[in-house]
This record gives sequence, C-alpha cells and structure tokens, in this order.
Amino acid sequence: MSRVLRPALLLLVLLGAWEAYARLGSVDDFLLPAPSEVARALADDRSLLWHNFAVTAGEVLLGIAVAVAAGLACAIALHFSRTLRVTAYPLLVASQTIPIVIIAPLLVVWLGYGLAPKLVIIALICFFPVTVTALGGLGRVDPDHRKLMRTLDASRLQAFRRVEAPAALPSLFNGAKISVAVAVIAAVLAEQAGSSDGLGHLILQSIPQFETARAYAAVAVLSAFAIVLFGALALGERLLLPWAHRPEGDVT
Amino acid sequence: MTVESEAPAEEPRTVTGAPREAAAARGVRVRDVRRVYSSRRGPVVALDGMSLEAQPQETVAVVGPSGCGKSTLLELICGLQRPDAGTVASEPAVYMPQRDLLLPWSTALDNAALPLLVRRLSRRQARERARPLFAELGLDGFEMAMPHELSGGMRQRVAFLRTLLAGKPVLALDEPFASLDALTRQQAQAWLDSALRREPRTVVLVTHDVEEAVVLADRVVVMSPRPGRAVAELRVELVRPRRRTDPAVVELRERALEALG
Ligand SMILES: Nc1ncnc2c1ncn2[C@@H]1O[C@H](COP(=O)(O)OP(=O)(O)OP(=O)(O)O)[C@@H](O)[C@H]1O
Ligand SMILES: [Mg+2]
Repeated sequence: MSRVLRPALLLLVLLGAWEAYARLGSVDDFLLPAPSEVARALADDRSLLWHNFAVTAGEVLLGIAVAVAAGLACAIALHFSRTLRVTAYPLLVASQTIPIVIIAPLLVVWLGYGLAPKLVIIALICFFPVTVTALGGLGRVDPDHRKLMRTLDASRLQAFRRVEAPAALPSLFNGAKISVAVAVIAAVLAEQAGSSDGLGHLILQSIPQFETARAYAAVAVLSAFAIVLFGALALGERLLLPWAHRPEGDVT
Repeated sequence: MTVESEAPAEEPRTVTGAPREAAAARGVRVRDVRRVYSSRRGPVVALDGMSLEAQPQETVAVVGPSGCGKSTLLELICGLQRPDAGTVASEPAVYMPQRDLLLPWSTALDNAALPLLVRRLSRRQARERARPLFAELGLDGFEMAMPHELSGGMRQRVAFLRTLLAGKPVLALDEPFASLDALTRQQAQAWLDSALRREPRTVVLVTHDVEEAVVLADRVVVMSPRPGRAVAELRVELVRPRRRTDPAVVELRERALEALG
C-alpha cells in the first residue's frame, strides 16, 4: 500500500509547494500556471485532450513495438557476428548523437505529416536502449551454461534458443522500460516537427494562445501515460518471467 | 533404471592429432597430459604428466586436493578443452558440472529432458522419456516444479538425470554430491550405484570424499597438488553394494587418505 501512498504523498507536497509559489510568487500565470488551473484545464479540455492523447498514444505504442522488433533483430545480428559488432556498433553509438531536431524536418519532407515520420523518430530514439540492453543480456549468459550446452552437443542455434534467448528476456524488458520514457518525449518532438494533431501539437499550439494551463494539462496526461505503460511492462515481466524475480537460484 | 543408451554411433574422438590406434580406444585414455592456463598473473600449470584410463563400463574415482586440476581433467575428457601436450582419447563423454546449472526458466522435467530436446525430439516425446525416471530417483510429483522450488539434493538429481539422458557411453561427473548433506548424499550414492549396475556406463567420478570414492568406484586414482598428476592408484575389489562401515572399505579409505598426504 505504501508503494502507492508514499509517491502520492510526495506528489501532493510538491503540488502544494508549486500552488503556493504560483499564487504568491511574482511569476506570470502565462509562464507558470498553478496546479489548480492545470486541473481545471484537464477537466474543461478533456475531449480535446482525449482526442489528441489517442493519437499520441497510438504513435508511442506502435513506435515502441517497432523499436523493440528492430532493436532485438539488431542485437541478435550483433550477437552472432563479431565482425558486425566490431564494425557497426561504434557507428550505432555515434548515430545516437544526431539530434532528432535536425532530422525530423527531413523525415516530414520525405514521409509527410502522417504516422510514418513519427514512428520512425520514436523507433530511432528507442532503438538504441533496446539494442544495447538486449545485446548485453545475450552476452552475459553464464559461461558454464554455454559449457553445458556444448557437452550436450547443442548447435550454436540451439544454445541460443535454449539458453541465451531466455536468459536475455529480462534485459529486453528493461530496454523496453527505458524506452517508454524516451518514446513519449520522442512523440512530442515528432509532432512538433510537423503534425496536425497529437499532444505535442496541442502543446505547441497552446503556448502562443496563452493557454499555458492546457499545455501543462497535456504534459500531465503524457506523464500519467508513461507511468501506466511502465507499470504495465513491469507487471508483464512479473507474469511472463517469474523466474527472473527470484533472488535465490542459479540465475545467470 | 533404463535409459536406452543409444550410444551415438560415432567414432571415438581424439582431441589432439593422435594416431589412429589411439582413436580406436574404448573407454577413456588420458596420456601424459599437460594443461596450462594463462592468467593475469602468468601461466598456471593445472595438469602436468597426468595419465588416466577407464575401461568400458568401469567406474574410476579421482580424488585430489582442491585446485589440482580435477575439473580440468574432466573437461579434457569431454572435449571442452584441449591439452597443451599429451593425448586424450575417449568415447563420447558428457560432463556433469560441479554446479547443477538447471535452467531457471524450465521445469524440472524439461531440465532433465534438455539433452533430448537438443537432439530434436519433440517436447512431448522428450517428456515421455524423462518422466518415468523421476519416480526412480524419488522425484515423482516434482516434474512440473521450477528449479528454485527444489532442494539442493533434488536439483542435483535432476542434473544427474539430464546427464544420463544425454545418452553418452562415458559420464564425467564433477563432485556430483558435494553440495548435499550427509544423509542425502548417502541416498544419492546408493541410487547412482544401482543405476550404474542396471545400466553400466564408463564413469570418471571426481570427488573430494575419499569414502565416496571407495564405496562407488572400481579404482581410485589419487592426484598430487597442482600441477596435478596421478600419484597413486587403489583397486577396489569389493562386492556391491558396499557399506561405508565395512572394515575393507575403511581400510581402503585409510590407504587413500595416506596417499593424499
Ligand atoms: N580458466 C582458467 N584460467 C586460469 N586458471 C584456471 C582456469 N581454470 C582453472 N584454473 C586454475 O587451474 C587449476 C586447476 O583448476 P581446476 O578447476 O581443474 O581444479 P579442481 O581440482 O577442479 O579444483 P576444485 O577441487 O576446487 O574443484 C586451479 O589452480 C585453477 O585456479
Ligand atoms: Mg573442480
């Protein structure tokens, strides 16, 4: 119970401090709306928020799915080929330093205002954490387990299927969890680069219209979404990989 | 216990480029083997001048001080390592590691059946072959248990079943009962003994328990401290099953302990 209660309490304290600062401080309402105003915006603009949330949520979910699929494929390829690991891995790291802001407009030119450029941006950003964690998981298999598979005359592929792949699943979940937070940011960036709806678009529109409270409401919706998604992944991991949560035992 | 020993009709394997006649060896033959590990603090000579033979269906126990190269010897026999000098010839051998190494995501039954799955039997067939053995080792009812739900002794027995189901003529057992308490260990020794009598295999059994060696083996090979080599050999010609309290067993045990120094 205190696992829900404590963060909620902390949140309440922080919101209280924010409320007091926004009301008593000298900061303009258009720069920093009070939480109560954000709450009002949440209620008043709920259908607007909901419509745009549905768009962004779809992008995020699909984007993460694409990133996990691509990242997993890439991790497996890197895992099997030393040559690839040596040649392509550094470039992969370097590719992560390219700011999305630079390529986002290009993607819009190429792919238009639809779903495609958003998926590409989200997948590009999430692809890296997934690849790195999955590759780490595949490589961190207990060497004695490898030896065991060898003495049972298992082929390279069988060792992968029976030992390496299952052992790497918890890492894959971790990669997906990390990508949840970045995927939400990526979606906002992508929508701001060129879009006619979505919460990122709504935020971009609200600020010049002095609807700062609405922009904050959109951010609140995004945060809640990220938390729910993260929680769902954590729950899924517990249900699907119960063995990974046992402190005792011969876990790799 | 009957595990069809569908000994793969492979040629006996030589690890080094040993002459053909050595390749035709039956059982296990290790000759004048040297094995050097390179470590950060320089080379470590694990084995030097180590020789050992096991005739088909013979059980040879290997005892020796910790770190004298016993695990190394077994890995050489199983082809998991190559000697730096000397020759190793053996029929196909399966290694039972010191740790049970059960896969935490598989049930006990699937862990035992792993070698069958690796040999591309269907999951159903593999389970059908492994299931009857569970009762014989007192594991009935635990087929669907996950490894963490088993006691150390049960895990070890599942690991032993897995080793048997690999279906190889030579078993290289690395302290299979080391982690068991005294009572469970005696039970485990009893079922290994009866399992081997019902279905003989060539066994190289590494143990630090001299009594266990004398109770189970046809011969006991005593190794020197590192770099390990065989320094003494005792023949155990007593009827089975042997009791540890038997004066003949006690006497042989004392002699082996003396050879260990
Ligand atoms: N991979 C390795 N790299 C470097 N040194 C090693 C390696 N493996 C083993 N050794 C060393 O070689 C020696 C023999 O090791 P080995 O594991 O064969 O001994 P052991 O007789 O099985 O020991 P124990 O009774 O403790 O199981 C030890 O001194 C060990 O430190
Ligand atoms: Mg050892």
